[in-house]
Amino acid sequence: MSIERLKDHLSGTFLVATREVREQFRDWRIIFPIVVLTLFFPVLMNYTANRLVNFVQQYDAPIIGERLIPFLLMVVGFFPMSISLVIALESFVGEKERMTIEPLLCTPLSDTQLYFGKLLASLTPPLLASYLGTTVYLIGVTYRVGWRADPLFLLQIFVLATMQALVMVSGSVVISSQTTSVRAANLLASFIIIPMALLLQGVSALMFWGRYTALWWVAVGLLIVAGLLIRSGLAQFRREELLEREMDTLNLRWIGQTFWRFFKGEGRSLWGWWRSEVLRSGRKALLPSGLTILVLLLGGYVGASQAKVFVLPAEYIQEHWNSGEIVSRLGTLQLLPTYTVGLVWFQNLRAIFLASLGGFFTFGVLGMLVLLLPFALIGYFMASLAQAGISPGLFLGAFIIPHAILEVPAILLAGGAILRLGASFATPARGQTVGEAWLKALSDWAKVMLGLVMPLLLGAALVEMLITPRLAFWLMSR
Amino acid sequence: MIEIENLSKAFRDFWAVTDINLRVEAGQVLALLGPNGAGKTTTVRMLTTILRPTRGTARVAGYDVLTQPDKVRAAVGVLTEGHGLYPRMTADEYLDFFARAYRLAPGERKPRIDELLSFFGLAEARHKQVGQFSKGMRQKLALARALLHKPPVLLLDEPTSAMDPASARLVRDAILELRSLERAIIVCTHNLTEAEEIADQIAIINHGKIILQGSPQQLKMALQDTVRFRIRFAAALNGHTPSLIKGAELLEQGEDWLVYQTAQPHSVNPALIQHLSQQGLPILTIEEQVCSLEEVYLRAVEVKL
Repeated sequence: MSIERLKDHLSGTFLVATREVREQFRDWRIIFPIVVLTLFFPVLMNYTANRLVNFVQQYDAPIIGERLIPFLLMVVGFFPMSISLVIALESFVGEKERMTIEPLLCTPLSDTQLYFGKLLASLTPPLLASYLGTTVYLIGVTYRVGWRADPLFLLQIFVLATMQALVMVSGSVVISSQTTSVRAANLLASFIIIPMALLLQGVSALMFWGRYTALWWVAVGLLIVAGLLIRSGLAQFRREELLEREMDTLNLRWIGQTFWRFFKGEGRSLWGWWRSEVLRSGRKALLPSGLTILVLLLGGYVGASQAKVFVLPAEYIQEHWNSGEIVSRLGTLQLLPTYTVGLVWFQNLRAIFLASLGGFFTFGVLGMLVLLLPFALIGYFMASLAQAGISPGLFLGAFIIPHAILEVPAILLAGGAILRLGASFATPARGQTVGEAWLKALSDWAKVMLGLVMPLLLGAALVEMLITPRLAFWLMSR
Repeated sequence: MIEIENLSKAFRDFWAVTDINLRVEAGQVLALLGPNGAGKTTTVRMLTTILRPTRGTARVAGYDVLTQPDKVRAAVGVLTEGHGLYPRMTADEYLDFFARAYRLAPGERKPRIDELLSFFGLAEARHKQVGQFSKGMRQKLALARALLHKPPVLLLDEPTSAMDPASARLVRDAILELRSLERAIIVCTHNLTEAEEIADQIAIINHGKIILQGSPQQLKMALQDTVRFRIRFAAALNGHTPSLIKGAELLEQGEDWLVYQTAQPHSVNPALIQHLSQQGLPILTIEEQVCSLEEVYLRAVEVKL
């Protein structure tokens, strides 16, 4: 992008943002809570901090006070940002309801300028309020309690507040641009409020635990989520579709028909469907499967690295490994006595469906984490065995590789399909609505699951229960 | 200036507009008439590129709505169905915002805003918040917004609704003036008198389809398979119903007049005049009665209902 174009692009974005901010500052419903949360609330928190510090000092528990002051600093910074949610949820759908959006959409301003302008307008006032509130609180605790903040910690709090606001705003703008009424947007806001409430609890726990370094990771995680949300919002925001949606009705018939159309594809018979549709969907999952390989390898590496942190005593491993118990159980095929082929298949399928469900809500991220877990465990055990002087290759060859030949491709394909499903929110195809793009990705996922993953996992379960123990017995008893 | 070819729009399985074909040259005004929900707004929205056609295409000011939407938007002035005004902004701020959005040069913005505000009689209210404006003032401000960047194409949805007669006159004159400046204008309206006054062409749309199109005169003739005439007699009829000749059908009768219709005026009229004179009914005047646009509209919409 040339400098001129960038300048032009930014000027359009700022134009939209400044107009919105100016209008917001003329609305007492926004001004009032901002003033309360930036000026009165921090003073109240100061008072609370002062009283609590004095109180806990009576019982010789200064650490509570030490942890409480930074915690309240975070709370003071977070509260004004709740307004960002209201502003951002209104950004598109509010204008649509008030019928002011149409002239704006008719201008030569680009979709990106409109989107970023709205994002910036929703972000700026609450964030400034947050910084101001934090500053008021800091001045108060400095003078009343004599607490001096570590500059790095202060930076951490400001970064964390900014990232939280960015996630809330970017998520809310996505909702606002996809709903048809403010009411619907407010209802959907739970998808932001609940995760943010959980995050806040997590951050609070970290702060009381004194694990301040972990806050950086939280900030990085939030930045990634915000990036994905912005990417997704931008990809889905099309001015031509904004006025097309008139009602938030759930058309189950249309959903069913569209899904079936994509799922059935051009298949005339079951074999024809498998050959043309399943393989085509499988091929589409190949590229994201490559990413899954990297994630699984990373899982193995992380697991292995933890073997040094959470050390299993070498003598304990050696005792069990050499006791002959494993070999004797393998000899009678009783390594996992309560398991059957069906149960192993069901367990694996359950894990894949859980990963799919998680991936659906998180652009594939949570799905990858679920798939990564067994690889982290394998990595951990292999490293632990190596530390105990036992060949990890033997463990891998005896217990993992036989059924992994079928299970790993199944996991990779499933991972690819999950990533595609999650990414469909961020990258809907041109000429398709978000709903159509998602139903297409869902049908691809279903085809891969039904036509490839499930049979592969069934094969893997058969091998795991019938061949792996025999092979392991043969290898272990040599 | 505006060329529309088979333009169609479906919302899932509902076709709001089907195969519309229109052409508006520079210096022409086309009035789009139709009942509520007929597809007027959908058509205008497709021309402003804020709705994507499902089928067909349109070129506005030489640009394709599908492939050059940015250029189309820069070339079009739009008056939307709702005014689309921001109530907490002043008129001045509002126009300045849109002047910037339409990329008017900095030196050009203020004079243009001043010009439009004084043209629409809003100069004194320029620092008032739009929320305090009357309906008519809002409509004028929205029109001023549409004209800010001197667009070659204007799409006006109900431009004089909510206006007092004087303001409506002002707007109609403005539209005629813009037409003379070689602008292509589409006006969606329910006001048939207004359509007749300002439009060179009228298109009647119903259920998403253009059912009648042409000049106001052509439209009036289009639905007339018979011609109506009104005869005024030199003396009162005193309740007597004159007999007419074959081919002439009596429609209405008054104290000293009657209205009839005929499919063959060239042969029927001379004979009828003679026939009436022979009955001792001297004719004072005879005039052809062209049906009004309202009748045409109602018949067109009714016929296709």
